Amino acid sequence: MASASLSNAAAAAMHLIDYADPAAVKQVPTRNGFGEGLVEAGRRDENVIAICADLSESTRMEAFKKAFPSRYIEIGVAEQMLVAMASGLAATGKIPFIASYAMFNPGRSWEQVRTTMALNEMDVKIAGAHAGVSVGPDGATHQAVEDIAIMRVIPKMTVIVPCDSVQTKQATLAVAARFGPTYLRFARAESAVITTDATPFEVGRAQTFRDGSDVAIVACGILVYNALVAADRLAREDGIECRVVNNHTIKPMDEAAVVAAARDCGAVVTVEEHQVHGGMGSRVAEILAAQHPVPIEFIGVQDRFGQSGNPQELVEEYKMGVSAIYDAAKRALRRKQSRT
Amino acid sequence: MASLSPERLDALAEHANDVRQGIIRSLLAAGSGHSGGSLDMADVFTAMYFELLRHDPKNPDWPERDRLLLSCGHIAPVRYSAMAYAGYFPVEELLTLRQFGTRLQGHPERVSLPGLETTSGPLGEGLAQGTGMALGAKMDGADWRVYVVTSDGEHQCGLHWEAMMTAAKFSLDNLTCIVDRNFIQIDGSTEDVMPLEPLADKYRAFNWEVFECDGNDIGAFIETVERAKAVKGKPQVIIAHTLMGKGVSYMEGDYLWHGKPPKPEEAETALRELHAARELIGANRG
Ligand SMILES: Cc1ncc(C[n+]2csc(CCOP(=O)(O)OP(=O)(O)O)c2C)c(N)n1
Ligand SMILES: [Mg+2]
Repeated sequence: MASASLSNAAAAAMHLIDYADPAAVKQVPTRNGFGEGLVEAGRRDENVIAICADLSESTRMEAFKKAFPSRYIEIGVAEQMLVAMASGLAATGKIPFIASYAMFNPGRSWEQVRTTMALNEMDVKIAGAHAGVSVGPDGATHQAVEDIAIMRVIPKMTVIVPCDSVQTKQATLAVAARFGPTYLRFARAESAVITTDATPFEVGRAQTFRDGSDVAIVACGILVYNALVAADRLAREDGIECRVVNNHTIKPMDEAAVVAAARDCGAVVTVEEHQVHGGMGSRVAEILAAQHPVPIEFIGVQDRFGQSGNPQELVEEYKMGVSAIYDAAKRALRRKQSRT
Repeated sequence: MASLSPERLDALAEHANDVRQGIIRSLLAAGSGHSGGSLDMADVFTAMYFELLRHDPKNPDWPERDRLLLSCGHIAPVRYSAMAYAGYFPVEELLTLRQFGTRLQGHPERVSLPGLETTSGPLGEGLAQGTGMALGAKMDGADWRVYVVTSDGEHQCGLHWEAMMTAAKFSLDNLTCIVDRNFIQIDGSTEDVMPLEPLADKYRAFNWEVFECDGNDIGAFIETVERAKAVKGKPQVIIAHTLMGKGVSYMEGDYLWHGKPPKPEEAETALRELHAARELIGANRG
C-alpha cells in the first residue's frame, strides 16, 4: 500500500518512518530511549550522574550503572530522599538524573520537587517511568495519570513527554545539555517508533507530523501514533484532513504552534495518556481561550482511576484508541461547522 | 499460652500448602506479578487467616474484626490466596488476578474487594494507616487489634519511621507490625541497596517491643504473635525471617523472583514440588 502519510510533506520534512506500513513500525518502550540517552549524556558530560530508587532495570538506568559505576547512586525505596539529595548534589555542580516510577517521583516527592528543585533552581532531571494506564496489570496504584498536571503548575519546571523511544533519547540528551529543573515522562509498554535520528528535536518546539486544515489533533506521548493512524483513517474514509501536532513539550508549551493550529484548522482535538483535567489538553485550552477560542475535544482519562488489564485493553477502555480519536475529530469538525 | 497440637500444626501446614498453590496458579494465569515475596509470606498469612485473626469471611465489614493491613501491596497474591481458601471468595476467582475487570487488582484496592482494609502498592504507607486505626480503636475503647504486614524494602521509606514514632508516642499496644525480613528487594540485597541493620535495635530505639522469629515456621510465628499480644503500653514488631520464594526450590533466595511470574513449565515444576511437600506433612511428625 502506498503510504498516505509519507506523501504528506510534513511527515517527510520530519523524517518520520512510513508509519502507515505496519511492517515498518518497530515496537519499543519509550524508557529504552532514556536508558540509551543517559549513557550517551554521561559520555558527553562527566557531571551527569544517575540516582535510582530501587528500580534500575525497569527505569533503564542499568546501562548507565554499568558504564559509569562511580557516578551511579542507589538510594533505595526513598523517593523524597531521591529528589532532595539530588538537589544537594546539583548544588555541587553535578547534573543528576533521578529515576523511579512517575507515581512515586514526582508523585510522592512533589513538595521536594517544588521546593528543593524548582524554587531552589537546581539542575535536576526527573525520569518518570511507567506513566499512564498502559502500565497495565499493576493497576491504578501504579498508573500515574496526574503527573503532567502537578508538574506543569510548578514555575521554572520543564515538562517533556516524548512520543517514542527515539525521541526519548533525543530529549534526554537535550535536557542534559540545558540548564533547568526538568520532568521527562515515559511509558512502560512497547509503543510504535515513528521518528528517526534525523527528526529534528528541540525543547519547547512542537512538531507538525501531518499536514491538514480541517481539524488539528494535538497529541503527546505514545498516543501520537494513534493520532496519526486516526488522521489517516479520517482522510481515507471521510476526506477529512487533520493536522497532527506532536506537542512533546508541555512546559514551556509552544504557544505559537498551538495558536497556528487553531487558526488554520478552526477545531482542535487534544490527545494524552493523562487525566483530561489539568494535563496537556488543559494547557492547550488555556492558551486558546486567551488567544484564539475554537471548539476543543479532549481525549484522555475522564476523571477516573486506572485499573488492571493489558495496555491495549486499557487504552481502549479509557477511550484513547484510534476510533475514539477518529470520533472526537468528527465531533470537533461538526462543532466548528455549526459555528459558521 | 497453650501450644498448638501436632494435628493442628499439620492442618495449618496443609492450608499453607494450598495458599502456595493458589499463588502459583494465579500468577501463572495473570502472566505478571510478584512470586518471591508472596511465597515467603504464605506461612504468615496462613497463620493470620486460619489461627490468629478475629474475623468472619462471610462478614468482612464486621466492626469488631481485627484489622490486617498489607502494606507491601505487591505481594497481593498471598493475601488473595489466603482469603480465598479462608472463605472470603471462591478459589477459582484467583485465576482472574490482574486481568481486566477483576476484583483482584494487581495491587490491592480496598473499594474493589471486601476485606482488604486499605489500598496499597506504593510502599511505606501501611504502618501509618495502621497507626490511625489503632489510635481510633483506643479512642473508642474497642478491643480489636491491628496487624500491619510490611516488607523489609519499605523500611527505606521515611513515612514508615514517622509512623513508628507516632505509634510509640500513643503507646499503641493494640498494634503489631510484621516485617517480611527476606533481605531482598528489586535491585538486590537490602544491605547493599540501603542497609537496614541493625533493624531490631532501631525499633527498640523507637520504643517498640521487638520479637524475632522464623517466618516460615507457622508454629513459631503464632507463638510469637501471642507473646506480642501480651505486651502492654507499647507497639510491637515481629521481624519474621523468611526465605524469598519459600516452597519452590528454584525461586528460593533469588532476588530475580521478586517481580516475575512462573512460566507454564516453571509453574508445573512448582506445583509438583508443592504436591510432594504436601504428601510429607503428616509423615514429618511421625
Ligand atoms: C513508594 C514506592 N516506590 C517504589 C516502588 C516499586 N517497588 C515495588 S516492590 C519494591 C521493593 C521490593 O522490596 P521489598 O519491598 O522488600 O519486597 P520483596 O522483594 O521482598 O517482595 C519497589 C521498589 C513501590 N511499589 N512503591
Ligand atoms: Mg524484601
